[in-house]
Amino acid sequence: MTLLNAVIFLPLVAFLIIIAFPKDNLNGIRRFSFLASTVIFLLSLGLIGPYWFANPGKFVFETDVPWVNSPLIRYHVAIDGISLWLIILSTLLTPICVLVSWRSIEKHVKEFFAFLLLLEFGLIGVFCALDLFLFFVFWEVSLVPMYFLIGIWGHERRIYATIKFFLYTMAGSALMLVAIIYLYNQSGTFDYAKILAGLQGGTIASTYPEQLLLFLAFFIAFAIKVPLFPLHTWLPDAHVEAPTAGSVMLASVMLKMGTYGILRFAVPMFPIAARNCAGWIVTLAIIGIVYGALVAMVQPNMKKLVAYSSVSHLGFVVLGVFTFTQQGFDGAVYQMLNHGISTGALFILVGFLYERRHSLEIADYGGVATPAPKLSTAFMITMLASIGLPMLNNFIGEYLVLQGASLVYFRWTVFAALGVILSACYMLWLYQRVFFGRASEDLTHHMPDLNFREYAIIVPLILLMVWMGTFTQSFIPPISASNAVLLGPIDARHDIHVRNVQPGKIAVQPKKELADAR
Amino acid sequence: MPANFLPTGIDYLRFLPEIIMIIAGTLIMLVEPLLGEKKQVGYGFITMTGFIAALVAAIVANNVPGTSFSNMLIVDGFATFFRVLVIGVGILSLLSSSQYLRREHAASAEYYALLLFSVTGQCVMVTANELIMIFIGLEISSIATYVLAGYLRDDKRNNEAALKYFLLGSFATAFLLYGIAWIYGTTGSTNLMFIRTALLTPGSQRGVILAGTAAALMFVGFAFKVSAAPFQIWAPDVYQGAPAPVTLFMSAGPKAAAFAVFLRVFMTAFQPITSRWEPFVWVSALLTMVIGNFAALTQTNVKRMLAYSSIAHAGYVMVAIAAHNQIGIAAAMFYLAAYAFMNIGAFAVVTHFSRRGEKFVNIEDLAGLGWKQPVTAALFSIFLLSLIGVPLTGGFFGKFYIFKAALDANLVWLAVLGLLNSAVAAYYYLRIMVVMYMKEPGEATISLQPLSAGIRTTLWIAALGTLVLGIFPSVLLNFAIRSSALIK
Repeated sequence: MTLLNAVIFLPLVAFLIIIAFPKDNLNGIRRFSFLASTVIFLLSLGLIGPYWFANPGKFVFETDVPWVNSPLIRYHVAIDGISLWLIILSTLLTPICVLVSWRSIEKHVKEFFAFLLLLEFGLIGVFCALDLFLFFVFWEVSLVPMYFLIGIWGHERRIYATIKFFLYTMAGSALMLVAIIYLYNQSGTFDYAKILAGLQGGTIASTYPEQLLLFLAFFIAFAIKVPLFPLHTWLPDAHVEAPTAGSVMLASVMLKMGTYGILRFAVPMFPIAARNCAGWIVTLAIIGIVYGALVAMVQPNMKKLVAYSSVSHLGFVVLGVFTFTQQGFDGAVYQMLNHGISTGALFILVGFLYERRHSLEIADYGGVATPAPKLSTAFMITMLASIGLPMLNNFIGEYLVLQGASLVYFRWTVFAALGVILSACYMLWLYQRVFFGRASEDLTHHMPDLNFREYAIIVPLILLMVWMGTFTQSFIPPISASNAVLLGPIDARHDIHVRNVQPGKIAVQPKKELADAR
Repeated sequence: MPANFLPTGIDYLRFLPEIIMIIAGTLIMLVEPLLGEKKQVGYGFITMTGFIAALVAAIVANNVPGTSFSNMLIVDGFATFFRVLVIGVGILSLLSSSQYLRREHAASAEYYALLLFSVTGQCVMVTANELIMIFIGLEISSIATYVLAGYLRDDKRNNEAALKYFLLGSFATAFLLYGIAWIYGTTGSTNLMFIRTALLTPGSQRGVILAGTAAALMFVGFAFKVSAAPFQIWAPDVYQGAPAPVTLFMSAGPKAAAFAVFLRVFMTAFQPITSRWEPFVWVSALLTMVIGNFAALTQTNVKRMLAYSSIAHAGYVMVAIAAHNQIGIAAAMFYLAAYAFMNIGAFAVVTHFSRRGEKFVNIEDLAGLGWKQPVTAALFSIFLLSLIGVPLTGGFFGKFYIFKAALDANLVWLAVLGLLNSAVAAYYYLRIMVVMYMKEPGEATISLQPLSAGIRTTLWIAALGTLVLGIFPSVLLNFAIRSSALIK
């Protein structure tokens, strides 16, 4: 029983305990949920240790036991530097979401917190499963609680939004399941490492068309989740209709399931197909960056604006991965965490505004800074982090991605950088319309400043933004080391192609100009 | 072969479950005039005892595998699997019926006797080693089921359902019989192994063509019984019209038994001409899935929706048959077991909810059930998630094994289309969950009585089964794989 297993299964235990709570004991349920999720968070901090720096790039906390005999499905979990931070992101945001929902969720309180913890279980599982089948199981399991969170506690059009969300993901995962079974039938195992070795050694899926189709099957499933333009249409609906905690978990962690999947599975397993498709995918990512930003600019609804800004930010992550450079990979992972913190915080702050004024329309606000200066300050810092101001977290991620892109193809950098400029436009304009100007009598009356609970929610996130923007070295080394392992033979510095003699075997040759450029 | 027509003790032992159930059924018919219609509990008790004794006998019989009655019947793992399954379905149907019958003032002894006879017929089907026995078993099961479908004789829809089922069913059985006659004419035998040997003998091309025609005719008969396209038209009307607990029974028991004989005949007797029937099954599987799922999308009646969903699920099993490999047989077996649990669960909720005269069978009527009766709704959600195929439920592993078998057999496109189909299916199952949890309670939910003991037991057993198959599938799958080697 490793610490990791405790972190994975405690949310499930907490879920069951909450189910057993009497329905009317609202405060008991709230307190227990907070306590349980905080304990899980503290335990997950125990996953950070000296080995990340001494022995980088390895999988640790490994558990590998059989689950189903035939076909051989194993409960195989372990974490590397990428999984580590994503797990901690999930465990950090769960208690925060409990606090966020403390007062704002009034009906069916027990079920709400139960689903929140079930969601945490699924999310943590996704980030540490090293058996493709197990990964798929967690992937689908996380879908169900989110479906209910949006559908039961959401706003007016919640049912439309939640069904759309569920069906989009289901359609993608159907393709992924076919690909997973196909790989199993060729290799006789679901084990990630073995399949990876088999693919690299050319013993499974050895022809290029096979690899291309398999890559696309995985990639489309993940791209829907990211979401990559033009598969993003479920996202604004889901975000706008979800309750605040749902939006936070969705934006901060669930979208990362997609990018994590691309980084962990799609790209390393099918590097040649990934490299060949990179041009198309990067084009879509850049379209997403610019399109998301432009659409965000004209949104009259705050949540929709933040949702479209997510489309834009996630485009950077995809761009980073498909540069196949160390910088691009590092930037992508860092950007996943940054987006989790800063967009999560933005949704929380929008939620605070909603709780006070019961409206998400920008037009209903104006002059909030006068009655609520502290709230405005918190929003300001978060917004600046989201834009990518130096010394705050997003800057580092975006910079690394852009640098990675420039190493490969400078034109990409130019277009992607447009997104940074545009993000400043829509965010600052939003801030101006909501917080500046003269506050109406009615608004002043309904706009108390942050209370203690809200401080407890937002201050840790702001501290993290600053920390991640200044002391990057506290976070990057494990990520870098793991990325270096993933990147290995598929680095953009190498030419890779299908060798004729032995089909599918990846041949690695240093590419002259890029190798020299370092 | 010197025919030994005198059965021995072991023959009876292998045939014991059927004997027990026939005795129990006959006993009920006999004591009814003595006890009168009121002794519901007594008939229920006899039926349950009969089922449980038969279940035990079926398990005991598995220890003495082999053929009996001059090769007419065969007891092997495959037969035992399906015997246990159909008897289990019988038990759960019995548990969910009693309250319904009381509610409709239709309690009488015949219902129990018919249930026993129908299950007996299914047991004969799954143990048959011979086409005539298959036919006899099918008829025993079908005729009892026809009567059950029209059990509430004053109800118009019941009558319509029974009549449709009977007329179309008889027609399909005629096809089957014609196919049997044809194969007898071609090979000179009705024994499955003998037919197989005859077809394997390098002979004239004409024999293969004749056998292919016979296979096609029998395919029509079986496809009707399992409601596979293009012979599925009867299913929605019959499922909707029949009394809810009978629908529960029909959609699980007779269907599983029909699939069992489908598998046995096509995987043993017609195995030598696989390449000829495989394309038909392929097309039929795809059509069944598409028709079932897309028709279910627009339904407003829960029973009719579940009827179309049951067509779609038959399509998934057809995929396993199209794969025509051993893992496919095991996958079909596993799927039918998982399907029995989740579908019985779903129909038990419908039985409970529909009230007298089946007044509340629209999806909208379920509004707010999640908050009015959280346990019922939570269990229903488990069944629905399993029908969608969400992991950690039996339905997921069932689908997984089936599509794995299809990919093993290189049916890549069938697998892709099938899985995309199951994504479409998610929509209509989710709609029920939406209504249960995301709508305010309506008249139907507010006036709902608590669960009766029988239905509660059914629901918990079904939910437990669904989850166990979803979390520890090896329990059942290992047995299915061991017994899927039909040809010995």
